[in-house]
Amino acid sequence: MGNYRGNLVICGGTGCIAGGGAKIRDAMQAELAARGLEKEIGIVMTGCNGFCAKGPIMTVYPDGTFYEKLTPADVPLIVEEHLLKGRPVEKLMHKDPVLKRAVPAMHDIPFFNLQVLRALRNKGLIDAEKIEEYIARDGYMAAAKALLQMTPEQIVNEVKASGLRGRGGAGFPTGVKWELCARVQGDVKYILCNGDEGDPGAFMDRSVMEADPHVVLEGMIIAARAIGAHKGYIYVRAEYPLAVSRLQMAIDQANEYGLLGKNILGSGFDLDVEIYQGAGAFVCGEETALMRSLEGKRGMPIPRPPFPAVQGLWKKPTVLNNVETYANIPPIILNGAGWFRELGTEKSAGTKVFALTGAINNIGLIEVPMGIPLRKVIYDIGGGLKQGRQFKAVQLGGPSGGCIPKELLDTPVTYEDITQTGAIVGSGGMVVMDESNCMVSVAKFFLEFTTDESCGKCPPCRIGTKIMHGKLKDITEGLGKPGDIELLQDLAHDIINTSLCGLGQTAPNPVLSTIKYFRDEYEAHINEGWCRAGVCRPLTTFYIDASKCIGCGACARACPQKTVSGEKKKPHSIDQSGCIKCRSCYEACKFGAVKIGPGSLKQKLLEEAEAAKGVSE
Amino acid sequence: MPGEARKLTVEDLKRIKEEHRATFTLREGGYRAKVTVNMGTCGIAAGAREIMNALVEELSASGAKDVIVTTSGCGGLCSREPMAWVEIAGQPVVRYCDLNGQKIKRILKEHILDGRVVEEYALAVGDETSY
Repeated sequence: MGNYRGNLVICGGTGCIAGGGAKIRDAMQAELAARGLEKEIGIVMTGCNGFCAKGPIMTVYPDGTFYEKLTPADVPLIVEEHLLKGRPVEKLMHKDPVLKRAVPAMHDIPFFNLQVLRALRNKGLIDAEKIEEYIARDGYMAAAKALLQMTPEQIVNEVKASGLRGRGGAGFPTGVKWELCARVQGDVKYILCNGDEGDPGAFMDRSVMEADPHVVLEGMIIAARAIGAHKGYIYVRAEYPLAVSRLQMAIDQANEYGLLGKNILGSGFDLDVEIYQGAGAFVCGEETALMRSLEGKRGMPIPRPPFPAVQGLWKKPTVLNNVETYANIPPIILNGAGWFRELGTEKSAGTKVFALTGAINNIGLIEVPMGIPLRKVIYDIGGGLKQGRQFKAVQLGGPSGGCIPKELLDTPVTYEDITQTGAIVGSGGMVVMDESNCMVSVAKFFLEFTTDESCGKCPPCRIGTKIMHGKLKDITEGLGKPGDIELLQDLAHDIINTSLCGLGQTAPNPVLSTIKYFRDEYEAHINEGWCRAGVCRPLTTFYIDASKCIGCGACARACPQKTVSGEKKKPHSIDQSGCIKCRSCYEACKFGAVKIGPGSLKQKLLEEAEAAKGVSE
Repeated sequence: MPGEARKLTVEDLKRIKEEHRATFTLREGGYRAKVTVNMGTCGIAAGAREIMNALVEELSASGAKDVIVTTSGCGGLCSREPMAWVEIAGQPVVRYCDLNGQKIKRILKEHILDGRVVEEYALAVGDETSY
C-alpha cells in the first residue's frame, strides 16, 4: 500500500452513523477526488470513538485535530483550508465546555486525555472491518503466545494473577471461573461470549463489538485454549445489527486466515465460533437463561449449582464471559498480570468502560482506571452538568444498581466501594441526574423496566416487582399513604431474598437506594403532596414569585397555553386554570422567579384569583 | 477447505504488522522524521503542490514507515517559496527554500533517509525566537 501524508479517521459507530457519518465520508471522498488529494489523504471509518454527544466526528492525523458535529456542507471548507493549506478550521473544532474555547488536538481534550484505553485501545483508531489493521496493532499475537508458548494452566494462572473480574456486572474473578471449568473432565466444552447488553442507557459492549470485533474473537480463542473448548458462540441481541455484521465479517476473515477453524496458527488447536442472535430479553443476560435461549428454549434461569463451568450449555462444561472481559484478555497475555495490575486497586484491578450519559456535558463512552473518584469522572471527563445545573445523583448499574448522592461523590469506582453505597458497578451504565430529576420517578422508571423484563418464573419477582411498581405509581400520582415506604422496603427485602436469579435479586436496588438517600422526597410526595422537582404533575404547582420577577416576559413567550400574563417590567402571573404543568416557564426563567409548589397550592391560588375577581367587580 | 493456502503463521502476523506500520505511525505518533510543506497561498502559487506530489510518491516508493508528511500555512518568507521544513527526531529543524520536485527528492534521499543535510538548498537551521 502507498503512504499517505494524512489520515481522516471518521467515526462509524451507531451514534455517528445515525447523525450522518456515512454522508460525511461520501462527501469527503468526492471532495478529495475533486481536489486530486485521494492518493495523499486516506479515509478510515472506525467503530465508536466514544464521544457520541458530539457526532458526527472526525480526527485528522498526523496533527490529531478533532472536528465535531460535522455536516456534509463543512467538508469543502476542511479540505480547502486544513488539508490543502494546512490551516485547521477552528469553528468546527471541539469547544471545551468549561474553557469555552476551541481545543484543537484530540489529546488536549479532557474527555480523552483523562482516560486510559485498554479494552477500548483500538476504538476510533482502526478500521473495524479490516483484519490487517487489527493485526498491525499486535492483534492475534496474544493468541499466538497462548497457543504456541503457554500451557492451559499457565493461561489460567496469568488471568487469575491479573485479578481481572467479570465486566458484565457480577464481578466474579475471570481466572477462577476458567480454572473451575478447566478442571472438569469432558470431551465437549463450550466457550460463550455474552453480548446481550440490556441495561437502559448502556452501550459499552456494542461499542467494543462494533469498533474492534477481532478482540472478542482473540479473547475467546485464549479462553477456549485455557478450558479446552473447541466450539464457541457469541450471543448478541438482534437490536445490534452493526455489531452483528462486523462480528460476522471478523469471523469470516479469521476463518479465511486460519485464525479460527482447524489448526490455528499451526498450533494443532481448533476452534469454531458462531453468532447467535438473541431476541432482546433482558433476562437472557443472566448466564443460565442465556444458555437456555441458545439451546432454543425459552430464556429462563435455572438454579445453580451445578454451575455452568460444570454443567452449562447442553449440560456440557461451559464458560461465559462478557464482551469487555474478553477485550481485556489479549493484553494480559501479552504484557502479563503485573502490567494489568499497574492500574486499579488490589481487589478491582485494571480499567472499566462506562457509558456516561444523562444531565452531563460530555456524553459518551469512557474507559478509566478503577479507583478513580466519581467526582473526577463527572466533572473532569464528563465536563460537569449541562447548563450549570446542580448535581443530584448518579445512577450506576442500571436496573440492578442504585443512585449515589452528592455527599458520596468522592467514592472511588471499585466493585467494593460502589457496592457499599447500595449501587453496583454493574456493566457500566452511568446516568447523571440534576435537580430536575424526581428520585421517586427514577425508581418507578427502573421498576417499570424490571416488571416488564421479569421472566415470570419466580413469584416474588413476577408479582413483587409489579406490586412495587404499583406503589411507586401511586406515590407519584398523589395516592401515596403513610407506611408505603416501609412496605416498599419490606417487599424489596423479600424479593431479594427469595428470587432465583440476578434479575429479581437486584431489581429492588433502585428503590432501596433512593429511599436510603432521598427519603425526604418520598415523604414530601406522600405527606405534603409535593414533588419538589416538579416532575409528578399532580403533586406540582408552578407559580411566580412576584418579588423575584422582573417582568422580562420570557416565561410568557415559552408558555404553550398562553396562561402566563403580565405587563412589561412588572411581575407576571400564571393563570392556574389553564396551566398544564409542562415546566416551560420554569425552564425559561433566568431569575429563579418561577417556583414549584405542592399540588394543593393550585386550588388555593385558583380560589384567591376568584376572590380577587369578586373584589374588583 | 477453501483458503487453506492462506493460513497464517506467527511470521505472517509480524509481516502484516510491519506492512501497516506507516499507517499507525501517522495515527499514533512516534515517527522519526516529519516533513512540513508550506502550503499557504504563496506556497501553492509557487508550486508547493509539485513538492507535495513528489514527496508522497517517492516516500511510498522508498518503503519508509517512520516518516510523516504534513502541511502548514505561509512560512513567512513568501519570496523564497516553495519551502519545506524537515525535522528529524532529536535534531534542530532544517528549513529548505526555493524548492522543486528534483530538489525535494534529493532532500528525501540524503537528509530524511540517510541523515545528511543538503546544505546547498537549506535556508536556515533551528527555530525563530518567539516570546
